[in-house]
Amino acid sequence: MTPNRRDFLKIAGMSTLSLIAPAILRPAFAKEKLSIPGAKTNQTSSSQQLKGKRWAMAVDFAKCRRGCVDCIAACHEVHNVPQFGNPKDEIKWIWREKFAAIFPSESHPYLPESLQRQGIPVLCNHCANPPCVKVCPTKATFKRADGIVIMDYHRCIGCRFCMAACPYGARSMNYRDPRPFISKINPDFPTRTKGVVEKCNFCEERLVQGILPACVTACKEKALVFGDMEDPKAEIRLLLSKHFNLRRRAHLGTEPQIYYIV
Amino acid sequence: MKLNNIGKIVAGIVIFIVLATFFFWYGTGKSSSLPQPSLDTPAIAQMKEKRCVEDKAFMSINHMKLLHNWRDSAVREGNRNYTAKNGNVYKMSLSGTCLECHSNKEQFCDRCHTYVAAKPACFSCHSIPAEVKK
Repeated sequence: MTPNRRDFLKIAGMSTLSLIAPAILRPAFAKEKLSIPGAKTNQTSSSQQLKGKRWAMAVDFAKCRRGCVDCIAACHEVHNVPQFGNPKDEIKWIWREKFAAIFPSESHPYLPESLQRQGIPVLCNHCANPPCVKVCPTKATFKRADGIVIMDYHRCIGCRFCMAACPYGARSMNYRDPRPFISKINPDFPTRTKGVVEKCNFCEERLVQGILPACVTACKEKALVFGDMEDPKAEIRLLLSKHFNLRRRAHLGTEPQIYYIV
Repeated sequence: MKLNNIGKIVAGIVIFIVLATFFFWYGTGKSSSLPQPSLDTPAIAQMKEKRCVEDKAFMSINHMKLLHNWRDSAVREGNRNYTAKNGNVYKMSLSGTCLECHSNKEQFCDRCHTYVAAKPACFSCHSIPAEVKK
């Protein structure tokens, strides 16, 4: 027996309704809703916190002593950065690089030899237009309102798109469990785990406590100056207005926020 | 239709049913003892009012959700202070706040987690102060 038009429409209508029904009825027996008692009042920030609108750093590499690793050692100690002892697996938060590697288009063989040979401290540029944030598929890397480009390690899936996108090589992957390679674990800062990318966080956890970044406080020559670019009276603004300075690969449009005073 | 090897077929079906339902009847009637998370730590012993960040009923059911809230609030919003229902302010920190009182992770966290076969990945990154100091 073939169904007539009327029966067919009835069956089609009932099937459609039965498909939609769960979606309509769901609010009645919805997922359990839990409110965390303090979730709404989380905004209380402490008074000691350093607040800025656009954090940036100036690197005066004329002051930087050759062979000095104070800033690197301080950073690695505070942030539990592992030493794999293998340049391929190196985890980089702040490290030294030759002038020609940092400023390839500004470099030529007739520059002062001291400049060419000196290793200059480099770190994440905390770009105002960060390519790593754009490519991250899980939003693990994000830019905060104060300009710091930071990672939520909980969300990182280790896809390494950000490493490919960063023009400064400021991101490193943990190809192995980093814990055995940390000489002394600082319990106040988490370590990372295998399969997670990491980078400089501009010492966000120290700014909350009202302390300047570890590399800045560790530098005895005061070659690193940290400050708020939107504050016209900040030391960093004064310094940059007095001295000629460069940014790494600024032509790429990433708006890097580490300024190198030449 | 006559089945020539009915014996083998029936035996096969019986074995299959026994294996497939193994997990439903094995262990019925036996009761396993419930986990007893220990609160015996120096920090808790010193407390006047033995109270966690929120009350015990909330914490035992929802501690993971509270920690998720802390995680998102601290990392993504940069808010590190948690104001509890009773007005106390706590620093949102697993290693710093939670494990400061519950310094016996093995007797506290792990007992229940092992019992319910939950494997939270917290401590693959967050350090356990007692272990680090060793």
